[in-house]
Amino acid sequence: MSRDDILSVENLAMRFGGIVAVNDLSFTARRGQITALIGPNGAGKTTVFNCITGFYKPSAGTIRLRNNDTEMRLEKLNDFRISKIAKVARTFQNIRLFPGMTALENLMVAQHNTLMRASGFTFLGLFGVPSYRAAEKAAIELARYWLDQIGLLARADDAAGELPYGDQRRLEIARAMCTAPALLCLDEPAAGLNARESAALSELLLKIRAEHGTSILLIEHDMSVVMEISDHIVVLDYGVKIADGSPQAIRDNPKVIAAYLGVDDDEVEAVEAELGL
Amino acid sequence: MATTAPATLARGPDVAFIFKKALISGLVALVLFSLMIGVRTEAGPEGQLIYWTRFGDLAAMVGVVFGGSIVIELLRYWWGPVDTIRIIPPSTTKALAVARRGIAPVLLIFTFLVPVIFYDQRYILDLGILVLTYVMLGWGLNVVVGLAGLLDLGYVAFYAVGAYSYALLATNFGLSFWICLPLAGILAAFFGVLLGFPVLRLRGDYLAIVTLAFGEIIRLVIINWQSLTGGPNGISGIPRPSFFGIPLTPGDDGLATKLGIAFSPTHRIVFLFYLILALALLTNWVTIRLRRLPIGRAWEALREDEVACRALGINTTTTKLTAFATGAMFAGFAGSFFATRQGFISPESFTFHESALVLAIVVLGGMGSQLGVALAALTMIGGFELFRGLEQYRMLVFGAAMVLLMIWRPRGLIGHRAPTVFLRHEKVISAELVEDARA
Repeated sequence: MSRDDILSVENLAMRFGGIVAVNDLSFTARRGQITALIGPNGAGKTTVFNCITGFYKPSAGTIRLRNNDTEMRLEKLNDFRISKIAKVARTFQNIRLFPGMTALENLMVAQHNTLMRASGFTFLGLFGVPSYRAAEKAAIELARYWLDQIGLLARADDAAGELPYGDQRRLEIARAMCTAPALLCLDEPAAGLNARESAALSELLLKIRAEHGTSILLIEHDMSVVMEISDHIVVLDYGVKIADGSPQAIRDNPKVIAAYLGVDDDEVEAVEAELGL
Repeated sequence: MATTAPATLARGPDVAFIFKKALISGLVALVLFSLMIGVRTEAGPEGQLIYWTRFGDLAAMVGVVFGGSIVIELLRYWWGPVDTIRIIPPSTTKALAVARRGIAPVLLIFTFLVPVIFYDQRYILDLGILVLTYVMLGWGLNVVVGLAGLLDLGYVAFYAVGAYSYALLATNFGLSFWICLPLAGILAAFFGVLLGFPVLRLRGDYLAIVTLAFGEIIRLVIINWQSLTGGPNGISGIPRPSFFGIPLTPGDDGLATKLGIAFSPTHRIVFLFYLILALALLTNWVTIRLRRLPIGRAWEALREDEVACRALGINTTTTKLTAFATGAMFAGFAGSFFATRQGFISPESFTFHESALVLAIVVLGGMGSQLGVALAALTMIGGFELFRGLEQYRMLVFGAAMVLLMIWRPRGLIGHRAPTVFLRHEKVISAELVEDARA
């Protein structure tokens, strides 16, 4: 894998019993770019995500992550270490915030590992040492920064479960960003958003890429978002990669059009004639 | 009825409906109670059946059900449809807020003054010590159940470990209470980790069953390991605590003589009272501090969503184990206090009943709320004593009170959650949003 790649997936396969969800998938995500993973429902996109973020152990293949000149094999790391050591953060298709905690607390939990070290693994923090207090203040400042970025500063002290759906989606992205990730994996961030909210989301993601240099891997059904912000698109269908390229190339690829829209009637007739139906 | 438009409310209560409902309830009560209460059977001296009727009692019961049904319907009418949002006048809200803020300091000051006010009343002092022991146990279990959301039905096991640790170390090696106290806490915490390992993957009901079994295993080991624990006979002659080395005895080297005051057995009770108060306050202080540290936030996050915790790089294994260990440590402290107070311990003191009682205190108090748990312990233990005059109906009244309380406040006395950190102002989080251990 080249220096410019942050993530390289090679020959990834995931089988659940007899069902092959992902088969022999290889693709790379470039550093500092937004890579989109698209495909019809059931194509295996979320399975790929779960393999990358350690929620599934792949049946075969390798997942390499290159960060600061160190290369890590994600398929060999345990679940929480992928976020802690490899710095891969993710969001979920069905939002998984901590609903009974405030927006601010959600962002504080995301900085757990930093704060844990600062609190001397609780023992120093229990007695309120100044260095821990400073670390906590810095953590609150970082949370404040992200709340400001997603436009939720005014609702910082409200329970996350009380926020409107669109705000919850953005808060989940902010929470992932609070772990200071090298690669941010977003599972359908625009699902359920209206046109104005998806435009704001695109803007936020472009800002994250530009200002923080975080590489983004994106699963998305909303083509307006995908086409607008992606630098590179990988298309999956039935667990197999059918296309890979720039947004323009993907838009014109007949295989992709067929996968999404089905094939023309005359093609179906031609196949039927061949089979003698 | 209650769900229809406000127009029905304006017409006044539907008399026919209420009467019909009360009549049906009364009929059901008549059928149910006719054999249970109406006829009393007993075996006679020669084994023959003797029975007599109690139609008066039966009529009274049916009357109570009939009247109760009418009262409930009228209350329901008065309250309005389910989920009615009541507009509470600002003055009332303000008064409630003041009361809510004031209740904790008032309770604390009162607790400090109990030995002064009730110096002559041994019964009240003993009851106070009992209540404080359960307050401490409740606060300890609150870490596991309330914060980390791990339903633990075997909490008494750690209480037993603490009690036996002190009893064995003190009777066999002559170690003093103040050395044994931390040792008992450490041993109990160790057992907490031991229990934690096999149940890491379990949640909710499954976790509850395994912890229940763990509590029973500890008790059975204590009963059967006769050579070490004395089996069912227990351990007696456990040394009383000393005032940092000075014994509370009538002799020349006793505390009373050294202070130049007349000896009284009450001194020891008062000392024990302040000892358990200090231990309970330590538990409270540590818990409140821990909640605001990353580990405490991780516990609460774990209760809310374990998968999200892992995605954020939180090691859920160590987070769960520390919750178990911390909760167990406090139970260990409470256990060694129990042993030194009683002077005698046996496996009978550590049955499932105790675990259930402490869990009931936590659930009733509102999971995660320190004040709620303290109030619940006071209500449960104090209330239990209050109803002593009712003799065999004590459990009945007590059970009914608990059912009513849970209907009135399903999330416990104080079900809402206070955030651990805030930017502008602290807003309480309503109980519906907060996950609990049952999920």
